Amino acid sequence: MTDTPISGAKALINCLKNEGVDTIFGYPGGVLLPLYDELYDSDINHILVRHEQAGAHAADGYARATGKVGVCLATSGPGATNLVTGIANAYMDSVPIVAITGQVPTPMIGNDAFQEADITGITLPITKHNYLVRDVNDLPWVVKEAFYIASTGRPGPVLIDLPKDITTDEFEFTYPKNTYLRGYHPDVGIDEDAVKRAAAMILDSECPVIYAGGGAIISDSSSELLRLAETIQAPVTTTLLGIGAFPQSNPLSLRMLGMHGTKYANYAVQESDLLIAIGARFDDRVTGKIDAFAPCAKVIHIDTDPAEIGKNVRVDLPIIGDAKTILQSLNSHLQKMQTMSGAWLGKIDAWKKEHPLSYVQSDEVIKPQYVIQEIYKACPDAIIVTEVGQNQMWAAQYFQFENPRTFITSGGLGTMGYGFPAAIGAKVGCPDRTVIDIAGDGSFQMTSQELATASKSKIKVIVAILNNSYLGMVRQWQELFFSERYSYTDISQSVDFVKLAEAYNLIGIRAEKPSEVPSAISEALSADRTVIIDFVIDPMENVFPMVPAGAAINEILEPGAVA
Amino acid sequence: MRHTLAVLVENKPGVLARVSGLFSRRGYNIESLAVGMTENPLISRMTIVVEGDDRVLLQVTSQLSKLIDVISISDLPPSESVDRGLALIKVAADTGTRADIMQIAGIFRAKIIDIGAETLVIEVTGDKGKIRAIENMLGRFGIKEVVRTGRVALHRGTKTVGEEYK
Ligand SMILES: Cc1ncc(C[n+]2csc(CCOP(=O)(O)OP(=O)(O)O)c2C)c(N)n1
Ligand SMILES: [Mg+2]
Repeated sequence: MTDTPISGAKALINCLKNEGVDTIFGYPGGVLLPLYDELYDSDINHILVRHEQAGAHAADGYARATGKVGVCLATSGPGATNLVTGIANAYMDSVPIVAITGQVPTPMIGNDAFQEADITGITLPITKHNYLVRDVNDLPWVVKEAFYIASTGRPGPVLIDLPKDITTDEFEFTYPKNTYLRGYHPDVGIDEDAVKRAAAMILDSECPVIYAGGGAIISDSSSELLRLAETIQAPVTTTLLGIGAFPQSNPLSLRMLGMHGTKYANYAVQESDLLIAIGARFDDRVTGKIDAFAPCAKVIHIDTDPAEIGKNVRVDLPIIGDAKTILQSLNSHLQKMQTMSGAWLGKIDAWKKEHPLSYVQSDEVIKPQYVIQEIYKACPDAIIVTEVGQNQMWAAQYFQFENPRTFITSGGLGTMGYGFPAAIGAKVGCPDRTVIDIAGDGSFQMTSQELATASKSKIKVIVAILNNSYLGMVRQWQELFFSERYSYTDISQSVDFVKLAEAYNLIGIRAEKPSEVPSAISEALSADRTVIIDFVIDPMENVFPMVPAGAAINEILEPGAVA
Repeated sequence: MRHTLAVLVENKPGVLARVSGLFSRRGYNIESLAVGMTENPLISRMTIVVEGDDRVLLQVTSQLSKLIDVISISDLPPSESVDRGLALIKVAADTGTRADIMQIAGIFRAKIIDIGAETLVIEVTGDKGKIRAIENMLGRFGIKEVVRTGRVALHRGTKTVGEEYK
């Protein structure tokens, strides 16, 4: 707080500090010069990424790993448009980031000035909210609101577009204590009657299943979820983004459901008479054919976003609000309840025994599932970040996740190239943790320029490439549904990842035989800098189980199947 | 079913784009949209007429509510509200037909707001049915041009929308 006038640039830094921001992932440019000049002296840690998309993903990974708001910064025009994929990614997965973009000076806006892009217009459908600051006096409350909106209710990205003249205009700075938003009321309280009805429905049910999504992690509800599951003895399945919300070592865990979920999770959902959805949105990768999804189940849907209720499936009992508060209340009603009969859990145990996740191990060629299992063995408490494709599904299936915020993946948008920069962001947010990006050879090449960031800024992550020489997930669909016509998915012999690491003064390790896997991992773990491990894996390995798109989730393809 | 929504929004640049963008990208059809300042200059009111069943209506309203600049949304049921639109109709008219046209306008309580050598401009206010009816009546004289506003609506009686924001 000060009474002497300061510039917008200085004020922005003050605002960010007021919001507790310690790190910005950014990239400079013409209109950002005044702001970068202030950053030069600031104690905010600025990480220079090598592409703005990576800045947005790093802010996203930072946010998911820490639960705090991630911040990225890009210049006007191409800098801003480069953020778009990262913003859309954060929007789809409800990740709180604040993206700050430079803009041409206000008098030039609308004139197609050099490096002008209408970034508030472009990001309208992929931000929770956005701002174009037209008066430096608005800057403090805009920043205050942006952080508040990004981090409350259903979190999401908020963009602030900052014209150059706003950063040099001077004004008397004070930071507001509160926001006043007539149209935004994220904490509405909960409907206790609905909670009581939920308790009654649970009491009536014989075959309940809890289906937890990313919302269970965002709302920090893991312990309440565990208590609910144990009180009512209900099995718990999670979505891809819900992984970590419930310990997978718990006997009630069904692991992940949906397209590449476990058979027993999908069977349990299909035969359940009550589905308790917590912070999940019935995405098509989860439900498969929607009319055939959980046909016998009544549905309780707990979600902070009223717009999710009834969007994809009919809901018998919606409960709107913060999942943690709702589960606490629900648990208090269930305290003295008797546990369910053992028949349902017995049936589930039989499915688990009959249909475990499985693959055929080999002595000759490295199986990707084996790599994941070995990584788990060597470092069970790592933060696992993934790219997109088969690598992502194998990581979801074969690692054992016990805690929230330990599995970071691009779910809703499925963004190849997300993993490596998100891993950098996660590592910056959690410097004491081991962060491992389970990567595909295709995805990694989309943001591998960030090796320069990792090298120069001395951020150590491990990139474990499951190198199948293919855009594997697409190749798998071609094998199964397009008569093995591998149209433009062969990416073999195009890059030497070991040399690539070395080019950035980082470490590259190649493992070509199963016997080399454990030592490659331990070498990477003890290295002092970022390591790429190039695991040369079976190129034709597929992800199973698999529910073909549009099929019911109990219509599951087996290895060797051709549809 | 047709629903008339009274939506209070912040009177800020870009709000119309946020609302109309939401409708188009989620595939909801806007039948009519009118926007103007309310008695509070910081707040604008949109009257949006949408077509859809209850499920669509629920989706529209809950998605709209998520826009930070949307303050409140009320559904105005036809039985409890009044609504009006306005149309200006330019119709061909000569000395032979002018009297007939003016008589039709009179019956509809429409106003003649311009007379030219070959045309009349008629202003008509009313609900959709009335405007369509006068258009039908004028059709045989030759309608040259029609321009319509979106519909606006209010609750009947003492009820108002967004009381707490005034
Ligand atoms: C940016 C982007 N482009 C295209 C796709 C479509 N896509 C999904 S998975 C995949 C292949 C990924 O290949 P790779 O990273 O090698 O992973 P693998 O499946 O082989 O493990 C592609 C092209 C995508 N998800 N994201
Ligand atoms: Mg691959």
